[in-house]
Amino acid sequence: MSSMPEPGTVEQLTLAKALNAGLRRAMEDDPKVVLMGEDIGKLGGVFRITDGLQKDFGADRVLDSPLAESGIVGTAVGLAMRGYRPVVEIQFDGFVYPAYDQIVSQVAKLHARSRGRYPMSMVIRIPFGGGIGAVEHHSESPEAQFAHTPGLKVVACSNPSDGYWMVQQAIAHDDPVIFLEPKRQYHSGRAPVDVRADPPALFSSRVTRAGSDVTVISYGPSVSVCLASADAAAGEGRSLEVIDLRTLSPLDLGPVFESVRRTGRAVVVHEAHRNLGLGAEVAASIAEECFYSLAAPVLRVGGYDTPYPPARIEEHFLPDLDRVLDAVDRVLAH
Amino acid sequence: MDILGDPLTEPDDTMIQLLTPTGERVEHSGVSWTADAQAEAELLRGFYRDMALLRRLDVEATALQRHGEIGIWSQVLGQEAANIGAGRAMRRQDYVFPTYRDHGFAWCKGVDPLGLLELFRGVNRGGWDATETNCAYYTIVIGSHALHATGYAMGIQRDGAVGTGDPERDTAVVAAFGDGATAQGDVNEALVFAASYHSPVVFFCQNNQWAISEPTELHLRSPIYRRAAGFGMPGVRVDGNDVLATYAVMTEALNRAREGQGPTLVEAFTYRMGSHTTTDDPTRYRSADELEAWRARDPLARVEAYLRRGGHADQRFFDGIEAEAEELGHRLREGCKAIPTPDPVLMFDDVYAEMPASLAAQRAEFVAYRDSFLTEGSVR
Ligand SMILES: Cc1ncc(C[n+]2csc(CCOP(=O)(O)OP(=O)(O)O)c2C)c(N)n1
Repeated sequence: MSSMPEPGTVEQLTLAKALNAGLRRAMEDDPKVVLMGEDIGKLGGVFRITDGLQKDFGADRVLDSPLAESGIVGTAVGLAMRGYRPVVEIQFDGFVYPAYDQIVSQVAKLHARSRGRYPMSMVIRIPFGGGIGAVEHHSESPEAQFAHTPGLKVVACSNPSDGYWMVQQAIAHDDPVIFLEPKRQYHSGRAPVDVRADPPALFSSRVTRAGSDVTVISYGPSVSVCLASADAAAGEGRSLEVIDLRTLSPLDLGPVFESVRRTGRAVVVHEAHRNLGLGAEVAASIAEECFYSLAAPVLRVGGYDTPYPPARIEEHFLPDLDRVLDAVDRVLAH
Repeated sequence: MDILGDPLTEPDDTMIQLLTPTGERVEHSGVSWTADAQAEAELLRGFYRDMALLRRLDVEATALQRHGEIGIWSQVLGQEAANIGAGRAMRRQDYVFPTYRDHGFAWCKGVDPLGLLELFRGVNRGGWDATETNCAYYTIVIGSHALHATGYAMGIQRDGAVGTGDPERDTAVVAAFGDGATAQGDVNEALVFAASYHSPVVFFCQNNQWAISEPTELHLRSPIYRRAAGFGMPGVRVDGNDVLATYAVMTEALNRAREGQGPTLVEAFTYRMGSHTTTDDPTRYRSADELEAWRARDPLARVEAYLRRGGHADQRFFDGIEAEAEELGHRLREGCKAIPTPDPVLMFDDVYAEMPASLAAQRAEFVAYRDSFLTEGSVR
């Protein structure tokens, strides 16, 4: 019945199944973990991430919430105060904003306001990013809005193994975590998930592919684009080092600085709007820390500073292999 | 009343019904509706045509989604009477704020269905002119537009377009939303504001029993229409599968609004017979029996039964509508496939009334980048 891999095995899982297994294990490990969200019970969520969990853990622990995001997060705050570990599912990125006030004014600040007396361990899972051919509000990348807010931690997974581990780590963590899931990868393919492995620390970035010419920094759905770009660049004799940030707040830029000191060139890639996106923070930090190692300005490849466009032209908005390689060409031209 | 039971999930006898599921014309004291039999039959023939064409639009759009011509479609199947009854009660100057499912409102407002398909095909966010049709663009964020409707009604008050007695001038607004939306703060705030300012807005809640997989009773522990009292406005439940009752109730509520008597909350008790959208699989959460029970209350069938029984329409009438539906289907299929994909540079335009130089520069960068592929002749 359980879809969770038996300990001691490596399973080939989609991101959706890996997240499901991670949630299941977190619920088994800690009876204080409570899932909340729209349609997450019988339906298993519109992406089926919570499939089967209400059946196995009961409606007290997997709550179908009324259709009100502010209500969901606001009541999660109360549950957290009472010592629960709510895990909220926001149905789509564009629907987190009705809860924005609760998140930035309450979730983010209650630990400080109560001088640590209120536990505020909470995970807010948000399927994010585009490329699924959807209508408005279903393809957004709101990470900077949260990463800018002190008191919140923000992470993004980019593959099934990270999905499995990071969701458990985020749930066990004592601060509120905005947990971003690249929705177009949910069902896009399987990858090995080793449930014995000692996972990397939650708030750590990782060199996903070693290289020597240009450092390409990314997270979430753009990581796979960068890896494909690295493959293509290799064919042209260019060696890209790809770093998956994984944690967006706090940033873990040690591996980035180490890499840029070697390559002297960096490109940051994300789907979010370029203006004041994570790329701006990363580029500024690189300039501060690696100024004398830089051979070229740090470039950003991002979504344009427009509302997310209609589905038939979204491919022009999203950073793709060509746009990444174009930026690589430009930093190498220096 | 054909059914009695728990007032939350089954209609009680306060529910206004004028046409039973078998097409019998009945009276209800909850609405002041009078029309002579001739005029009523004429109305119902028109409503039948609207509903039949709306259903055809729904069927065609669903098929176009299956064929990949549009990305998604939110089916109005089962809610045709609620949409058309309410939509036809509106006057030209009345303004509607619909949901993504309210294609019947758009239809009544004269929106070309191809304009709807443009939205669902993903070439724009609504291919019609909202200011010309008085039909707002579909709002996808649940409940937001209830506030917009209220604010729009506040504007009407300030323009003095309410309570003048001039039928061409007095204007009302309809805020359409679902049962699930009643949980949202925005909807509750809209009810507060409209009551506070006595604004000419009718809140039209189509209780179709489901919000994706969540049944109405998850959102509400008392019937929707009864909430109105708490907000300080009249509330009424109408059989949303009865086009005549919906028309009668909405006519009354809209008249009240136009006359300056303030807002009304109307709950149209209906059923989403289709899936939530074409990506949804309702068999995961609801029973076939439930669907069957509601099929027996089909909004079109009862009008057809009424028209046939009373000799108000002959076979030629129904054949004529079928032919019209065929024509509409053909136009939609051909028209949809012919909708061009827009130039992607359009994403930069209309973001602001006054484009900032920074965005203009980004636009130019985009154009240069795109054109570099044309001159190179090939994509990498
Ligand atoms: C703020 C917000 N949260 C979630 C969603 C996703 N969503 C789309 S439709 C829907 C259910 C709406 O139910 P209801 O209001 O009853 O209208 P219906 O679809 O049944 O017509 C949900 C949860 C959304 N569009 N907006």
